[in-house]
Amino acid sequence: MRALDLEYMWGLVPVLLGYVPLTLFMALVGMVCALVLASLMAVERVFRVPLLDIFVRLFISFFRGTPLLVQLFLFYYGLPQVLSVMTNINGVTATIMGLTLHFSAYMAESIRAAILGVDRSQWEASQAVGMTQVQMMSQIILPQAARVAAPTLVNYFIDMIKGTSLAFTLGVTELMGATQKEAAGSFLYFEAFLVVAAIYWIMVEVLAFAQRHLETYLNKAHAR
Amino acid sequence: MTSSSGISVSGLTKVFGTTTVLKDISIDIAPGERVVVIGPSGTGKSTLLRCLNFLDRPDSGTIRVGDLRIDAKTASGADILALRRRTSFVFQNYALFANKTARENISQALITVKSLSRSEANARADAILRETGLADKADVYPAALSGGQQQRVGIGRAMALDAELMLFDEPTSALDPEWVGEVLDLMRRVAEERQTMLIVTHEMQFAREIADRIIFMADGHIVEQGPPAQLLDLPQDDRTKAFLRRVG
Ligand SMILES: Nc1ncnc2c1ncn2[C@@H]1O[C@H](COP(=O)(O)OP(=O)(O)OP(=O)(O)O)[C@@H](O)[C@H]1O
Ligand SMILES: [Mg+2]
Repeated sequence: MRALDLEYMWGLVPVLLGYVPLTLFMALVGMVCALVLASLMAVERVFRVPLLDIFVRLFISFFRGTPLLVQLFLFYYGLPQVLSVMTNINGVTATIMGLTLHFSAYMAESIRAAILGVDRSQWEASQAVGMTQVQMMSQIILPQAARVAAPTLVNYFIDMIKGTSLAFTLGVTELMGATQKEAAGSFLYFEAFLVVAAIYWIMVEVLAFAQRHLETYLNKAHAR
Repeated sequence: MTSSSGISVSGLTKVFGTTTVLKDISIDIAPGERVVVIGPSGTGKSTLLRCLNFLDRPDSGTIRVGDLRIDAKTASGADILALRRRTSFVFQNYALFANKTARENISQALITVKSLSRSEANARADAILRETGLADKADVYPAALSGGQQQRVGIGRAMALDAELMLFDEPTSALDPEWVGEVLDLMRRVAEERQTMLIVTHEMQFAREIADRIIFMADGHIVEQGPPAQLLDLPQDDRTKAFLRRVG
């Protein structure tokens, strides 16, 4: 057993922190896109639009049923061979696409369950005052479902942040890729990966802190 | 407070599974008339009210509210929306929007359905909150209101819509006894303004006071109807007599 090279680790911190923005960028863009897509799919699943419903169910089934890494390889290495518009896809775009589609499938199911959990009285009152279905969903049902789904959705966001590390397999020099390169240069693998683990961990903890505030905000209507 | 015009229901039928809950119901209600529906449990009183705004879709019959006439068999989504916008509904369990404050519960539909500006809608909501004695609760969420307060907001939300027909489904029967009085008082005030109302209630004293007409329903039929003095004191049908004996 040898001692940790603390000086090396300390020096690595600012280098790796430089890659945090790219990681957060991929996760954030992926999250926003996934939320929009998942909400649309969840609403579709609740109302069961004929035909579209089959497509959405197939989509959810496929993206939940296959590994994220396989999906990323499909988009980045596979699709360009069959779709000419994909020829110039870069690793960052492919990662965001993969994260969006993969996590939207999971999130759609959580949001759907949350929508179905909203009390029947809320749907009936919305209809009774003469709201259209769009008004009912946007003003009453989805905001209440959001409160229920929020903790689960934040957990998916945490998974997504960690999932961005797979981008290095598509040749993107993001946090994980950069660590890999540094470690390969110094041969101090343990130190390097310890630093990057700490950076991911801290990011997730900051998010967990924000989550508590988000939940207090979403629960304000239920405080007595 | 509202421009009323007549309501006419004809041949309304509703089937749940294999049981026919409403059997060929016909009712005419004059503008400003206050009609109370009474009858045993499971008779179809709630279903009647819910069919009148399509919370339950009737299987057949026609409903006319003012100049809007719709046929249950052919009603489109737009017809149903138009009907709902001419009626308002007060629920037994209040059904306030849980994610909206008392003020927002009243102003929400004014903004989204009646296209009022936010400030106009809020001003109207505040006026109604004052009228219902809830001015100090404007920014409170339903979870923090008593049952009586929630139901007064529920009635306020319905009042704000200026509907041609206000439907009340047992508005006091989920309340602790201590809150019943304040809700009935508010309904009396609505009734005094000659709002057209169709009320299902078990509050016989209240019905006697405010009703122009009482309808006794049993088994999905209208058994008999008439002014309170006639129906409550000189009932003709044996079922009406038996029911009135039971409710005292
Ligand atoms: N969604 C439904 N599905 C199946 N049956 C229903 C449904 N709603 C009501 N029913 C049945 O229809 C009948 C009439 O019910 P309804 O609630 O209209 O009675 P009610 O007169 O309002 O009774 P109460 O005084 O207890 O409120 C009952 O037998 C009830 O079980
Ligand atoms: Mg009932």
